[in-house]
Amino acid sequence: MSQYEPIEYAGDAETAPGDEAPDGREFSEDIGSYLVGLGLATMLTVVSFFVARTTLVWEPSIPVALAVLAIAQMGVHLVFFIHITTGPDNINNVMALGFGVLIVLLLLTGSLWIMAHMNHNMMLMDHGM
Amino acid sequence: MSAFEAAAGDGRRYGAGHDQGAEHRQPAAERAGGKPASRRVIVAYGFWVFLLSDIIMFSAFFATYAVLAGATAGGPSGRDLFDLRTVGIETACLLLSSFTCGVASIGARMRRGAWFHGAMAATFIFGAAFLGLEVREFTSMIARGAGPGRSAFLSAFFTLVGCHGMHVTAGLLWLLTMMAQVFAKGYRADILRRILCFSLFWHTLDIIWVALFTTVYLMGAGP
Repeated sequence: MSQYEPIEYAGDAETAPGDEAPDGREFSEDIGSYLVGLGLATMLTVVSFFVARTTLVWEPSIPVALAVLAIAQMGVHLVFFIHITTGPDNINNVMALGFGVLIVLLLLTGSLWIMAHMNHNMMLMDHGM
Repeated sequence: MSAFEAAAGDGRRYGAGHDQGAEHRQPAAERAGGKPASRRVIVAYGFWVFLLSDIIMFSAFFATYAVLAGATAGGPSGRDLFDLRTVGIETACLLLSSFTCGVASIGARMRRGAWFHGAMAATFIFGAAFLGLEVREFTSMIARGAGPGRSAFLSAFFTLVGCHGMHVTAGLLWLLTMMAQVFAKGYRADILRRILCFSLFWHTLDIIWVALFTTVYLMGAGP
């Protein structure tokens, strides 16, 4: 292996997760994606912190708003920082991500659902005794 | 290279009238894109799968925390303990470090030492600042009698946030290792692959922090 061989991009049918678009782009164009990501993420973070403390928003809607903002920000990170796209060279990365998200959702909703029901049933038992 | 990809490649590449018999004698990878995926793609994909499994591990801690968030055993709750100003500064530190990590990965690709080392140093400083704030928060909570042994809520809190903090610590050590390796060995293909994996790891930690500051701090310290 020579000291400075070119990065192995050419002719790939797939893109590695985390790689920027490889074909001969300039420094300024690459950094643009990270700048856009930074701007959007900052905006979403600021709105999250504002919504959490404000009294302007109807209170029961705050957790939902926070969840939506967080999911949006995770999407921004995935697209602009990790460069997950919907292109054909990215299918494997997206499918792995989709499977991960499925397991995470099953784990979270399953745990919360089961434990909420269990707490409910335990409470009935307390009242019965 | 999945069978799915191979099949998609077949559809794009070979029209009607192609000799299917000859094609079946070729390995799947060659049928897909003409040649197997590069080492860089394979390594990064494997690391991506590891990171997704790490996210699944975190989701178990998140589920534990969500179930136990109300179990304060008469002790302090999130509203009494969390300081959103500190959390905001921590979030800014981690977001900026994620950005400078991206700059460093571009610098490595362009082989511009000043950009790479400068951005990596900035990433380290932001990451260390995050960690310092988190350690200060933990020590002040323990000093006020709100340690992990106080209630189930606090056990879950210290496990979840501490696990993220451990990941950040490991990431900082990895960051220093990458700077030293580039300094000693230059931008070799294997070093560049490690930098790619490191930047994936660091961006993923920031994604987990987004979920964390929302569910733990913002929802826990709400009005």
